[in-house]
Amino acid sequence: MADVAWPKEGDRSVLGSRIPRQDGPAKVTGAAKYSYDVNRPDMLWGKLVTSPKARAELVAVDTSVAAAIPGVKAVWVDEEMIGDELRYVGQVIACVAAETEEAAIEGAEKVKLQLKALEHQVVDDDASLSTGRPSNKEQGNLDEGFAGSDVVVEGEYGIAVITHCCLEPHGQVTEVNQEGELHVWPSTQNVSRYANQFGDEIEIPQNKIHVDTQYMGGGFGSKFNVDKWGVIGAKLSQETGRPVKIMLDRREELMIAGNRPSGFAKVKVGLQQNGLINAVDAEVWGSGGRGAFRAPPVPYVFTKVPNTRLVGKGIRTNRGGARAWRAPNHPQGCLLTMSAVDDAAAALGMDSLEFFMKNAALTDRPEVYREELQIAANIIGYRQKAHLRGDSGSGPVKRGLGISMHTWGGRGHPSECDVTINSDGSVEAKMGSQDLGTGTRTCIAMVVAETLGLPYEAITVHIGRNSYPQSGASGGSTTIGGISVSARRAATDALNDLLKTVAGRLGTTDDKLEASAGRIHQVEKPGGGVSWREACSMLGPNSITKRGINDPGESQKEGLISAGVGGVQIADVSVDVETGIVTMNEMVAVQDCGLIVNMKLAESQVYGALIMGITYALYEESIYDSKTGIMLNPDMEFYRLAGIKDVGQLRVHMMTGQGYDDRGIIGIGEPPAISPGAAISNAVANACGVRVPNLPLTPERVIAALQKGGDIA
Amino acid sequence: MSTNHNSSDESGVSRRGFLKGIGVGTVSTGVLSDASLHEAKAAEPGVKGPGNIPLVLKVNGKNKQLSAEPRATLLDALRNRLDITGPKKVCDRGTCGACTVLVDGNPMYACSMLAVEAQGREITTVEGLGTPDKMNEVQKAFVERDAQQCGFCTPGFVTACSAFVRDNPNASIDEVRNGLGGNLCRCGTYAGMVLAASDAAKKGGA
Repeated sequence: MADVAWPKEGDRSVLGSRIPRQDGPAKVTGAAKYSYDVNRPDMLWGKLVTSPKARAELVAVDTSVAAAIPGVKAVWVDEEMIGDELRYVGQVIACVAAETEEAAIEGAEKVKLQLKALEHQVVDDDASLSTGRPSNKEQGNLDEGFAGSDVVVEGEYGIAVITHCCLEPHGQVTEVNQEGELHVWPSTQNVSRYANQFGDEIEIPQNKIHVDTQYMGGGFGSKFNVDKWGVIGAKLSQETGRPVKIMLDRREELMIAGNRPSGFAKVKVGLQQNGLINAVDAEVWGSGGRGAFRAPPVPYVFTKVPNTRLVGKGIRTNRGGARAWRAPNHPQGCLLTMSAVDDAAAALGMDSLEFFMKNAALTDRPEVYREELQIAANIIGYRQKAHLRGDSGSGPVKRGLGISMHTWGGRGHPSECDVTINSDGSVEAKMGSQDLGTGTRTCIAMVVAETLGLPYEAITVHIGRNSYPQSGASGGSTTIGGISVSARRAATDALNDLLKTVAGRLGTTDDKLEASAGRIHQVEKPGGGVSWREACSMLGPNSITKRGINDPGESQKEGLISAGVGGVQIADVSVDVETGIVTMNEMVAVQDCGLIVNMKLAESQVYGALIMGITYALYEESIYDSKTGIMLNPDMEFYRLAGIKDVGQLRVHMMTGQGYDDRGIIGIGEPPAISPGAAISNAVANACGVRVPNLPLTPERVIAALQKGGDIA
Repeated sequence: MSTNHNSSDESGVSRRGFLKGIGVGTVSTGVLSDASLHEAKAAEPGVKGPGNIPLVLKVNGKNKQLSAEPRATLLDALRNRLDITGPKKVCDRGTCGACTVLVDGNPMYACSMLAVEAQGREITTVEGLGTPDKMNEVQKAFVERDAQQCGFCTPGFVTACSAFVRDNPNASIDEVRNGLGGNLCRCGTYAGMVLAASDAAKKGGA
């Protein structure tokens, strides 16, 4: 009999190994078809018509010229918007469907919008612009906390709005067949819960909506929804009887497909002489666009600081709305906290490593952080390279180290999986999940293979369709725990059924059998018994299909999954104090995430998070012009991403073994994306002796901070 | 959001109007003989367009006939007319490299070249470099080093990298970093890419 508990170290054949992703060959050869790549016969191209103004009344829409352009087949207008207020540049008003992409673009340009301009507000970094009542959270007694502190330091810090900049933009292909059924190929991270979002917008019942996402080009939290363009695509397909492809262009993608809210703060930190944080008072403001603002956590990670106050002030702007971005609110809370406490440590004249080591006591997992700090310090050679704030070297290029710590939940989401064992020995797993590039397909195959004692290549995995058993959206690092448990349970139940059949034939009982290395055999007698193929042939004309379900609470009780990780990063940077240019020398990430399914893929997640983090630390910023209300850099020249030369030497260390493996599986997508901004900012402060308060750390900001000089240096 | 706007009459296009167009395909593809290629070239007028014109592109060793407007980029011609979707459309202005193809062996941004300019030249896309069952050395190395996540930038990187290692066997890590500077990745797969390119370079390139 097979047990659902994860095998112990030493008993694992596939779990934890470095298997290259299953769909790698399809991706490197162009064989992988992304939603953007789906071309259907007689397909039309849809091009959106969007607001050119940050705020205006939409008086009228004239589609007559557009409709007359050769190739234009239909123009859809959201007529309920006429007379309403447009609230941001890029707000979707209409869509032109045409025979070719060129004709659709031309058509969209010819739709005439009559607008009455209204006053707009796009500034997100000025606390005086906040509206509504500030949020307020207090713990302990702030006055007593500061009175009892030996060093009190105040500073201002900030992190700009960035966008997701998915390389495959948002969008989809829609097609309504002759039976009135809707097929959608969306770029989504939410396959199972996509169809139900159409609601009453289209008159097609959910059981006639078929969703298919085999490959998608990045989401990072921005692709959970059908979105207005999804509804428009479905309507245009209904109206024209033809497939319609609508993909956002780069400008739209950067303006309206989601952003990460900014976070700015005045932070006052009180330390005891021994370096322990005694009090933190933070006033935080920022904006995610039109929606509500939730104050990022300050102090972050150091939840046991005895005396704290967090005041949050939201600013509403006429900009596209915020969407979840890897670890919502954590990168902001992390930057604001870790910068402020590191400044306080510098004021006390205390080494940063010693400081973070000491204050690990104020976190929820002191032992994990201390161990990870130690490992990270060893890997980067901290003790050989470290100096107190301000590199006293005489040249213009100053070098420094910076530390940060983070945390995240990452418990597996609800998930269902069907595993089928066929009488010819073939095995398939079906699940309505999706692979965002994290390796979901590969991990499902590995878990099923481990359970059945087969090589992982023997498992065929089907995902990406809503006709498969439902599985949660891929967000918040919840996928790996969810899919692993549902696959494990389904495979375990299917195997136990097979063992019953085999036991009958072999004249034994199923509790005396197990599967390993491609055989079904007596417990602890590998090599004996019958081959997998032979065992399956005993099913005759039948196959076995079992449904595995992950109930997160139940699975956590059983130790299959868990939540809550640490994570430490140290950055090594050089700052040219004449040009203000920051160069990454090296960056180390030490990360725990419980039991690791695939070491190679887990490491890839961490490397990716470091690089994304370097990008937002040094380059990324969504810049709006306050006078015109438009985004100034909705393209990839001026909305900069780090290139291959910009990231320096990266080193990743995953925590494994006792104390980690036995926690069950925990997600990895978010945690390592949290610390890079703070670690790099602290490294720059350590190098040049001055805090550059706001990310991204552009040359202009570095030079400005150096010219202003630091009180802390 | 409107809930009741499926009537096209309100938006100025009649249902009859668009139904009329159904079935009139603008896409026609096929493999051409050299003779018909010469014919297509001979028929070349001095001024092209603005409507669709016949074009012949030699992609991955095969002559392909298509019909596109002169303003169509090579990238759009490949993706939208020929259903060759390995090259991806991302920035559409020569910044990110996701659309990289080889033109006469040299890496080019297909978004920044017109399809008409690419006539008579050898165009190689990522599909022409290898297949899942028969990958080139760069493709193998990208898989082995997990130099990809979502994979949307991967075809462009693989194509650029294949040309780079062909021209720079035994390239150093620093040379790799310089050589692949014309492409961008969002998921952050550079660490694996540097190793993959170095591995492939050591094996003498693509």
